[in-house]
Amino acid sequence: MKSFINKSRVKSPWLIHFDCGSCNGCDIEVLACLTPVYDIERFGILNVGNPKHADILVVTGTVNHRNKKALRNVYDQMPEPKVVVAVGACGTTGGIFREAYNVVGGVDKIIPVDAYVSGCAAKPESIIDGVIIALGKLAEKGKKVDQGIFERLENTQNFIKNR
Amino acid sequence: MSMNEVIAVLAAIFVAPIIGGIVAGIDRKVTARLQGRYGPPLLQPFYDVFKLFGKEKMIVNYWQIICAYMYLAADVLTVVLLALQSDLLLIFFVLAVGGVFLVIGALAAESPYSQIGAQRELIQMLTYEPLLILVFVGIYLETGSFKISDIIANYHEPLLLSLPLLFVVLGYALVIKLKKSPFDIATSHHAHQEIVKGVLTEYSGPYLAIIEISHWYETVFILGLCALFWHTNFIWMAVLLVVTYFGEVLVDNICARLTWRWMLPHAWTGGLIMSFANYFWIYEKIK
Repeated sequence: MKSFINKSRVKSPWLIHFDCGSCNGCDIEVLACLTPVYDIERFGILNVGNPKHADILVVTGTVNHRNKKALRNVYDQMPEPKVVVAVGACGTTGGIFREAYNVVGGVDKIIPVDAYVSGCAAKPESIIDGVIIALGKLAEKGKKVDQGIFERLENTQNFIKNR
Repeated sequence: MSMNEVIAVLAAIFVAPIIGGIVAGIDRKVTARLQGRYGPPLLQPFYDVFKLFGKEKMIVNYWQIICAYMYLAADVLTVVLLALQSDLLLIFFVLAVGGVFLVIGALAAESPYSQIGAQRELIQMLTYEPLLILVFVGIYLETGSFKISDIIANYHEPLLLSLPLLFVVLGYALVIKLKKSPFDIATSHHAHQEIVKGVLTEYSGPYLAIIEISHWYETVFILGLCALFWHTNFIWMAVLLVVTYFGEVLVDNICARLTWRWMLPHAWTGGLIMSFANYFWIYEKIK
């Protein structure tokens, strides 16, 4: 049963796409993945509009001081296990806007990122690749969720003991 | 309770969700093919549901839990009653109770998306429930009984031949009940349609999985209801079911969403006119 659930996690990732201040270049490429040419539903991937249903958070664009709260909020609303994919030059590092006064930087300044997709704009193929890499991490995280809270906190407990 | 009844109940409880899940898988595959895509594997609905069971339990309040379970219980009960060849009206009321619990669960959360989805689900129920009653009354006028076992025992020709217009009305009601376009107003199975996710917005993880399983039971119930229209011959029954379900998927794919202001008057006027035309036909035949 547990192994089937773990297999299902990899076979049915629902992703939510958050536009964090992108120029829409990467957004169009993310949506292109849904079209008949790439058809990510082959892998069971659905683009949902609700963070409470999502497993993968795909973030495009730079994070700025206004929308970092919204990004954090969307991330917090997703139930575990969850992974984050940062898409495009802006999403990974801040891109050409990195030095701008209103920009915080890449997505990883605010929330933990599991896969980075480079490119400006990122190609649909590389976005799908990034999602597949994130799926590997999702399976690992899924096992940790099954372990339960005490096993998950084991490392912390050991750390405190050995201090 | 005889042995046959026990077997029928067990089949309704354990086999129905498997059939419903596979039908959902075929539905998604056919939908993808109609849109020129390859589509997900056949077992994708099962992967989805098991994944949802493995997710963290995240609730807004405890009402959601009881509402999800009550919705499941009501839908299981409708399929069990159908398998026991019980009274059509009783089945109808149990189905209505299930729908109400789905709405209550959505209304229990304060999210505006969930609230508006719940209101729309109520309008949808208001639209399809009178139509279902009209169909059941038509079946009663034709066969002289609301009880499915009596209909099967005493009525020896296909109901479709004497109730063709009421079958169209039933189709109308089922498009709404199956949450398909053009009437997927409260929520939709397709990505990017309803405001966030309509009535299902605040259900997540295992509770969403429970609602998905209830939806499989509902699909089986609906197919069973259609099967009643050709109960005399198994092959024609299967043909009728396949044609009806394919018709629903086709309509789902070629229609844009309509608003409730369109749905309510058109479903009611069309449904009433067709129902009464069919009643007159039955009346003339009896006279």
